Parts: sequence; structure tokens; C-alpha cells
Amino acid sequence: MTKNLRVKTGKAIDETYRILFKFNGKTYYGFKGDTLSSALLANDVHLVGRSFKYHRPRGIMTAGSEEPNAIVQLHDKSSRTEPNVRATEVEIYDGLEASSQNCWPNVKFDIGGINNFLSPLLPAGFYYKTFMWPASFWKKYEYLIRKSAGLGKSPTEPDPDVYEHKYIHCDVLVIGSGISGIMAAKTAAKSGFKTLLVDEKPNLGGSTIYQNSDYFKINNQNSSSWLEKEINEIKKLKNLEIRIRTSVAAYHGYNFLLARENLTDHLPVEQRKDKTRHKLLKIRAKKVISATGSIERPMIFDNNDRPGILLSSAIKRYVDFFGVACGEKNILFTNNDSAYETAITLIQKGINIEAIVDNREEVDSKLLYEVEKNNIKIFKGYTVTDTFGYKRINKISIKQLSKDGQKVVGSKINLSCDCLGVSGGWTPAVHLFTQSGGKLKFREDDQVFIPSIYPSDQLSIGSCNGDFTLDEILINTPRSLKEFLNIKNTEYENLEVISSANKSKRNIWLLPSDKVLGKTKSFVDYQNDATAKDIKLALREGFRSIEHVKRYTTTGMGTDQGKLGNMHALGIISETAGAKMGELGTTTFRPPYTPLTFGTIVGRNVGEYFDIFRKTPIHNWHEKNKAEFENVGQWKRAWYYPKENENMHQAVQRESKAARESAGILDASTLGKIDIQGTDASEFLNRVYTNAWSKLAIGKCRYGLMLNEDGMVYDDGVTTRLGENRYIMTTTTGGAANVMGKLEDYLQTEWPELDVYLTSVTDHFATVSVCGPNSKKIVSEVIPDLDFSDESFPHMSFKNAKIGKINCRVMRISFTGEHSYEINIQSNYGKSVWEKCIEAGKEYNITPYGTETMHLLRAEKGFIIVGQDTDATMTPIDLQMDWIVSKKKYDFIGKRSLYRSDTIREDRKQLVGLLTEDPNEVLEEGAQIVADVNKSPIEMLGHITSSYYSPNLKKSIALGVVKGGKNMMGQKLIIPMEKKNINVTVADPVFLDKENKRLNA
Amino acid sequence: MFVINCPFCGEREHSEFKAGGEAHIVRPKQPTELSDDEWAEYLFMRKNIKGIQFERWNHAHGCRKWFNMVRDTSNDEIKAVYKMGEKPPIK
Ligand SMILES: [Zn+2]
Repeated sequence: MTKNLRVKTGKAIDETYRILFKFNGKTYYGFKGDTLSSALLANDVHLVGRSFKYHRPRGIMTAGSEEPNAIVQLHDKSSRTEPNVRATEVEIYDGLEASSQNCWPNVKFDIGGINNFLSPLLPAGFYYKTFMWPASFWKKYEYLIRKSAGLGKSPTEPDPDVYEHKYIHCDVLVIGSGISGIMAAKTAAKSGFKTLLVDEKPNLGGSTIYQNSDYFKINNQNSSSWLEKEINEIKKLKNLEIRIRTSVAAYHGYNFLLARENLTDHLPVEQRKDKTRHKLLKIRAKKVISATGSIERPMIFDNNDRPGILLSSAIKRYVDFFGVACGEKNILFTNNDSAYETAITLIQKGINIEAIVDNREEVDSKLLYEVEKNNIKIFKGYTVTDTFGYKRINKISIKQLSKDGQKVVGSKINLSCDCLGVSGGWTPAVHLFTQSGGKLKFREDDQVFIPSIYPSDQLSIGSCNGDFTLDEILINTPRSLKEFLNIKNTEYENLEVISSANKSKRNIWLLPSDKVLGKTKSFVDYQNDATAKDIKLALREGFRSIEHVKRYTTTGMGTDQGKLGNMHALGIISETAGAKMGELGTTTFRPPYTPLTFGTIVGRNVGEYFDIFRKTPIHNWHEKNKAEFENVGQWKRAWYYPKENENMHQAVQRESKAARESAGILDASTLGKIDIQGTDASEFLNRVYTNAWSKLAIGKCRYGLMLNEDGMVYDDGVTTRLGENRYIMTTTTGGAANVMGKLEDYLQTEWPELDVYLTSVTDHFATVSVCGPNSKKIVSEVIPDLDFSDESFPHMSFKNAKIGKINCRVMRISFTGEHSYEINIQSNYGKSVWEKCIEAGKEYNITPYGTETMHLLRAEKGFIIVGQDTDATMTPIDLQMDWIVSKKKYDFIGKRSLYRSDTIREDRKQLVGLLTEDPNEVLEEGAQIVADVNKSPIEMLGHITSSYYSPNLKKSIALGVVKGGKNMMGQKLIIPMEKKNINVTVADPVFLDKENKRLNA
Repeated sequence: MFVINCPFCGEREHSEFKAGGEAHIVRPKQPTELSDDEWAEYLFMRKNIKGIQFERWNHAHGCRKWFNMVRDTSNDEIKAVYKMGEKPPIK
């Protein structure tokens, strides 16, 4: 029988609604409104996990997103399984199944727990020191470490849930709905600002919403009642949008924030169907108000990590909010007044308090007097020196602190307990503020970092700004808001506030013990098992920078980013190294504040929406005719069209033969097309291409090569002169957008004097390319009115034509080396023209071919593909294309670079043809080219860039780049492969029809 | 994620823009007159300042216009934007 520690209806609990859930296979019940942690605590379950390194039993420590220990896996073995979830943030629902992480075989008997006894062997930097050398052993160690570390399991099936991204623009974003956040949201919205209020919890009100004592009052009401009224009022404001269960993950520059809104995780699984699980909100706010609150500090003493040790504020929240007592024999340990607020709550609810241990000696505190009135023993000037109990705390030892707080004195007192609440004061939650680039300053009085320099239009208010008491908040918040929002008044000008807490704190980063430090386990980072001893060891070993100590000891490197103990780590470093806290600075807090699931990050960009793709107007025909597709840039291009049982090689061989022997047809619509107009269009082309353009007659086409300013080939394509001041340029499929960008850049920034206008028309035209000896007969049938005679319509010329009533442009240009025509027509008619050509070509066995055959055909002809045969290190000279570089032109992009000392080297890699000794041996693209395999190391001369079996030449052909290749014609070289060396001969890269007979036929 | 005030369109999201490197590097009018070293200076040498930097930006997914920006690289504050050919409003 488990105990029931439910004391009285909590604020958030609906006791009429019972919920059954499973934890580690066992069924428990809780109520609607419970978190997994409150429900477990109600069932007296504290032990929920094992620590990362020593596998020490660990319990629930907090009631919020800062939780380091209670990390669970939800719905293990289901497609919805999720690791690394904080039990303190999971709202329970019917059917919830959770299990402990990081323990094997189970939480009660954990094999890794042996590390706890071996811990003298596991000091800071242990992993680095032991496992990183020799490197070859790492594989073995890694397996064992990962198995015993077991940080949760990732799902193995696709995520069944749907995620969304949403942009939000607002005037004011308020992060956090504690008392200061509520005041800010109301003030902003009522002053006419479009306001968004977000809070990570399912309810508004922060911690003030359960502050029900006579010691904290606003206008003569309990502060909770006062705040409740405020909340009810803001819910009616039209100008205010409120999003709960929304956790801000990242705060970037210019007030751009990412937040995760959780929409279904609190619902039973069967109710989640067809609903969006998480929304990633991309918020751009003109002004941001951070009211992110503060996180209570633990205290650093020996064995401060046992199950049953919680933050004092968490104990208060569990009682007030969930009606759950964390123990029956409670002890509170504090260095400030906060623990007395918890004590008063426990007294109100009739929960037993054994004692309070207070670091401070005499304090004039109304809260303390109230507790004393209730006959609770308070040990003033004492500290906890040790705790006992393996799976649950059962006893503590305390001793008196010396005057300077550096030692313990007097005799030891043992106190039995089943729960210890600790309060080390408060740390402002400045994580988002620092993410945004904000600079902190250190406040010596109470040893906290608070916001100092704001990098954008933002404000921190409330306890994240270091205002910890009710009176400070109620005085400072309205004052700051008025200035920040530039308004005259708020509703909070003359509030009567009673705030009874004494502000004193006796801050001791590492509490003294009667043992030597080496014999203690005082945890600073609970999740990563870093102790005070580890930090001191790191300092002894010479680490000084806080960032280095962090990495060496792994302090703050867990999924909680050390939200609890980072300040203590800094404090210990500061004390040990004699450096000032303010000068040490903090480590960097990085997004996300709490972990995000991958689903949230990718949103709807999954499956076919993972990456957008473009289809040509003829795409459906290719699909219908069973084409295989290839991605080229964002385009889906027909790759080859296999007939029954054909593999790719067979299909390509058939397509290539047909194109040369009779007729082939290719969808070339993806080629980039840029319409160039203006009185300086010819001059512009002169400057961007290597060859001369002024003399190109209207109606003629010319191939052009474009370089970068460094002289390397950038793009190529055929440009046609449509009129006196008008050209149409084609670019490579993948390079279209970049070429357009580059040309615009030169026009706008270097040559604004030129009268030239560029328009991208790639999508406006479909391009049908018909090639082969019978191409003329086919296109003549499709466009019967046009004179296709060679005299009237020679190679490299263009004509306007009509197909029916539709205008089209016909170019006689060729990328295959065959007689061929390209018909460019408005996209909508692309498919119909394609089908007309197929119909007209039937009697000539017109064969549709894809990109693979196109590549083979052009390789036979020795035409390069920019990006395949070039790689941004190839000049036109390297490509043996000297003929295209104008000697006469004074300048063009890249000209000067062609005679830099490096580009004129004779031994640069140059493009050559390669023929294999065995004509049936096809080389692998990317294979290395060498001359001597016996030399050591073997000198690499170059590599293969294109390689095919040519069905038309009936032999293997290849293009490659070889150092000094231009002067190696006929030489024998070797392609060394894994199993054999292949002998090749350097050849002319033009393998077929060097005389261009076929082109002009 | 900046908000950039395009001189032609007004304030737009960072994601609409493309950075184009250091500004005010004029392409030599007579490249052929330059020595290898002088050409290399133009071609390769760029500053990478912590502090005030002059940069070229392009409103790539908007008006497609190039313009200049003065940005403090230490805190990403955009000090000014101005059109191509205009003198920087800040030194
Ligand atoms: Zn613009």
C-alpha cells in the first residue's frame, strides 16, 4: 500500500476527476490538474531516476522547468515515445505511461550504481582522461558508457503528430504571467499596445497566485485574491492575446523570439487525433517585457542530492497548488526568509514540520516569529553537514556555523526526517535576457546577477530583475512600465502593500563540513553529477576560465543547462581563485531554454514538403510514361524512361542510339532563361561573357562562357539575339538563380550607367528539344509554315513561328552534336507541343530521353557540363576552350585573372578525354588518375569527371582533369581501383564528329 | 534575425535578404593595367572588423535591389542603410 499524501484540495486540482496513469509499469492515480510529479509525490514516490555518472538514486527536486532529476521517458515503445521529459511539466491524463530514464535494469536496482562506490576513480575530466586515449579503445568504451548512461531512447517509428509554425507580430510581448507579468500585460494592452502574454505553465499567476497569508497583502486582500481579480480582468481585454503552455525557447536579436505552444500533450492520446500537437511561434515584437521570475537556489552540502530533498519553494507549490505534502516529517534548511513562507503554508495545512535549520543567526523576521509561535524548533546559525538514507532521505546531521561561516563548530545533532526543503535564496531567470545579447551586472548585496545593458527594446521586471519581495515588485514594476511604454499612469500607483519577508540572506556558496572536501559529495550539477570537489580539482589543475571549468567538469552541460547550480559553481570558483564574481561572468545560456522536439522544429516540412520542388509543364507526361526522375537544383527532371524490364544502363543505351540514328526528344524547360533588354544589352553581354557579342546578327545564336572575377568558369549557355536591343540568355538549370543574381549585382553596383533590364523568364516558357537526323522532318510537320531549309535556317539561328495561333521561338541549336531544334513556347502549351512532336515523330521512332542520355550524348561530343567537369578551379584555358576567350576585348568579368601567375601555370589540371585500353571497361566518375603506381606516395594527377559507355562509338569514353593534360595527348595513364589498375590513354575530349558534319547535316 | 529597413521597401524580415560582403570596393576600371598584387588586393582582400562595418546587402526575395548597410558587428546593430552610389551617412 502506498501512502496518500493528499492534504487538502489544491488550487489546481479537480478532485472529482480521477486519472489513472502508469509509472515504471505500476498504476497510480492522481487528479485532473496534477503534474506527473505532483501525482507521484501524492503517492509518496520520490525516487524517479538515477544520476548520470554515479547512478545515485534521485528524486523530484523542483516543481518547474528547472528540474534536473525527474527526467522521464513517455510512452516507451510507442511511436509517440519521447525521452528527456521533465516530470514536473507533464500534466497527467488518462493512459499516461512514463518510465524512469537512466537506470538499468530498473530504478530500484541499478547496476550503474556501482559507480557511486567507485566514485574516487571518477573525478572531473574522467571521461577525457581515461577514455580518449588510446583512441582505438574509444569504440569499446563508448558502447559501455552509452548503455549505462542511457539518456533516454529516441522513437523508432515516424512521429504520428502534426506540428505547425506560426508567425506573430505584436507591439508588446510579455514573457511570464507572475504578478509583474500580469501587471505589465494589463498596462500595455490598456495603453493601446497589441500585446501577447505567454506562460509556460497551464495557468496564469506565477507563485503569487497561491500566496495566501496575512503576511502578504495588497489593498487589504491576500495577494493571491488581488492577483486573481487582475487575471479575470485581463482575460476580457481585446488588445491582449494570452497563450498558456507556451514556453519561450529562444530570444534572438531584434526582438525575434521562438516559443513552443503545447496544444495536446495534456490530453488523453485518443483525443489528440487531427489536432496540432505543438506550434512553434516565431514572434517579432516591437517591445519585449521579460517577467520570467527567478529560480530558487539549492544549497551545496554533503549528500545534498538524496530523494526527498526538494527546493523549499517546490514544497510550497506542491501543497498550495496541488494539495500534496512532500513528506510527513519535514525539515526546512534555509539562508533566507523564503523557507518561512513554506513553513507557514505547511502550518496552515496541518503538515508536520520537525525543525528549521537557518544559516543566519539572529534575524528580525515576522515570518520567523510566526513559525516560532507554532512551537517549531529553529536552529539559528546552523548548517546541514550530511544526510542519510539511500533511496529516500531519513536523517540529517547539523552543526553550528563559525562566525565567519567557513567552519562548523560544536557538536553534531542528528534529526530524522523524510523530506528536506532547501532554500539558498533566489537566482533571477536571466537566461532569455542573456540569449538576446543582454549584459548582466553582479549585485553584491545578495549575490545575484541582474540585467544591466539591454541590447534591444526590452525590459526585465519582477524577480528576474532582482525584485524578490512583493513591495519591491509593486513599487518598481509600475515605475519601469511607465518609462518603458512611455505612458503617464498605471493602475498601480497607490497600492497598499504588506510584505513581511526580511530581505537578509547569509550566502555561503559551499557550506563547510566536518569532513575534508575529498570525502564529500556536494552536488553542484545534479543532472551531470558534478560536485564542488570536481570544480576545485579543475581549478587545481589549472583551469581558470568559467567556460573551461564548465566543459571539464560538465557543470551546466545537462539538458537543464544547470539552472539550479550554475551560480554555486561560479561562487566556488570565485572563492577558490580569489576572483570577483562580477568579473568572472557567467557561462553562456544557449537556446532552447527548455528542450524542443524535432517535430516542433521542422513543423510541416516533413515528407513531400521536406524540400520544395519544381515541375516542368510537361511533368505529367513524363510521369505517365514511367520516367524515373532526378533532382537538379530544385527541379525534378526526367532522368530516363525505362521500358519493361530495362535497367538504367539499358534504357540510356537505347535512348542514346535512337537520338543519333533517328530522333530523340528532351524536355529542356528547366534551363534558366533571362530576357535582356536595353540599348546597352550588347555591351553588357560583352562584359559578362568571355567572347564578343557586338557583331552577333539579329536572329543568330551564340554559345557563351561566363567566368567569376577570379577567372574560373561559372556558367554557360546559348544566348540568342531577338532584336537590336533584345537578347534571350539561357543558363544551366542549377545556376539560373545565381546567374540572375550575379548579373543584377554587376548592373546595379558596378555598371549603373548601362541601359539594361533583366527579367527571369525561366517559368514562362516550356522548351521542347528535338534532335537527330530526322528532327527536321518532325518539326516541319509540327510547324508546317516555317521554312526549315538549311539556307534559311542554319545551325545557330533562330526564328519566330506560330503553332496554330500560338507564338513560339524556334532555335536551331544543339547540346548533343546532332542536328536539332528547340521550340520555346508559353508554358501552358508546352505539353501540347511535346505531344504534337511525339505524334509527328512516331514514324521515325522518336524516343524521349532524359538527363542521363543527354549527358552521354554531350560527352560523346566533348561538351562540358559546368559543375560536373568544372569545379570552380577551372579556367576556360584549363578546359581547352581558348577559342571562346576574346583576345580583342579590353575587359570582361574574370579577364584579368586569366593571366595571374597561378592561372598561367602549365601544370594546372586540364580537361582531357580518356580512352580505356579495354573498350568495355567503364571508369568510375571521381576515380583518381595517376601515372606511376609504384611511387610512394603515389602522385595524384587528377580525376575522372564524366564517364559512359557510348553505344554510338561502341566503346567506353571519359572526360577527366589531369595536371598538364593538354600536353599529354596519347600518353598512357593509370586509374588505380580497389581491385585492379585500369590503363587509359589521354585523348581528344571530342570523341564524335569533330568536323560538325552531323550538326550541319 | 535582423529587421532590415530596405531603402526601397521599408522594414522587412532578415530572411528576405542576402548579405553581399564588404561595401565600397570598386571594381577597377582598367584591370589590365594592374599588377598581380594590385588585382589580388581587389579580388581577395576583405576586412572582417569587430565593430563598425560597411556591407552590401541585397533584398533578394523582395525588390531585388542592392544597397549598403552600416552594421556594428559586435552587437549587430544596424546603424544605417543607404542606396548604392550614395555616400555612407556615418564614418
Ligand atoms: Zn526592397
